[in-house]
Amino acid sequence: MSEAIAASGILPSDWMFVFAVIGMVAVTYSLRAGGYWLMGRLSITPRVRRGLEALPGAIIVSTIFPIVLKGGIAVGLCLVVAIAAQVKLKKEYAAVFCAALVAAGLRAVGV
Amino acid sequence: MLEKNVTLSLKGCIQGALLCIPVFPGIIALSAVFGTVAAQKGLTFLETLMINSLVFAGASQFVAMEVYNEPLTWGLLIAMVGVTGAVNMRMLLIGASLRPWLGQVPGYQTYPALFFLTDLNWLLAISEYEKGTRDWGVYLGSGLTVWAVWSLSVIPGYFAGSLITDPKAFGLDVILPAFFAALLVPLWKGKRQTVSWLIAGGVAWLTWIAVGGYWSIFTGAVAGAIAGAYLDE
Repeated sequence: MSEAIAASGILPSDWMFVFAVIGMVAVTYSLRAGGYWLMGRLSITPRVRRGLEALPGAIIVSTIFPIVLKGGIAVGLCLVVAIAAQVKLKKEYAAVFCAALVAAGLRAVGV
Repeated sequence: MLEKNVTLSLKGCIQGALLCIPVFPGIIALSAVFGTVAAQKGLTFLETLMINSLVFAGASQFVAMEVYNEPLTWGLLIAMVGVTGAVNMRMLLIGASLRPWLGQVPGYQTYPALFFLTDLNWLLAISEYEKGTRDWGVYLGSGLTVWAVWSLSVIPGYFAGSLITDPKAFGLDVILPAFFAALLVPLWKGKRQTVSWLIAGGVAWLTWIAVGGYWSIFTGAVAGAIAGAYLDE
């Protein structure tokens, strides 16, 4: 490392990497803590509370949506299987297992 | 409007840890693939451990590795931090949704615990909360477990990347989205959910078409939450 500094006169790239990680951690932690912090500064009215209650479902739907659009029919079908299994069996691990099984099967036949 | 009877117990932490088990294959595969990508990009083992365990946000790590190039310039560094922020923007929202539950917990406990906030343990915790659980050990225990599994799984991926070149063949890539879809089921109560989820999905879709990437998670979630707030019973 000291040779690199001596040779180039600038920070060696591995220190740059450390700085990049520090930056990524800082921005990610501010987002992790920031929403929680901000809600502590606002008053949680019934309307805000209803909004917060609606968030989990809205986030899941918005998260899954692009995955289905990117993954195509196979991924879409797997998620339908997962939902059906969850409705029927009420066990998350069973739903996940069924979906992975269907995915592996579909890939094996080339869908 | 804050919960008063919030507790933290070892039992809750263990319960949270156990709830993560179904998604272990998904977490392990994703982290191992990250290890392989990092090795291919020329990161050292220590650099890989550092970025993986400290950033601890899967999708954003992958996108940042797309940007990464040797030699790392300040421009690339800013781009890496920028894309990380964009991909993780949704964390503002999931953190906000924990406020009613954790608002009474002292800050010296919640703020360190928020380091371990991921979609996964948040979702597990929030679905337990819906069922009446107020012990936030469920959140903490699942967060620590996901972090530990994520941190360890990168190691085999870094050294033996060729073993898992195609996680898709085993259906490992659908585990996390399938888990999310399954957890959606108990959240559905009736018309309010149907309408706000349709709005969330519609806005996410439009955003995805317009700008692509990960913004759709943020815009869809905000739209769904606003719809939920303004749809009266």
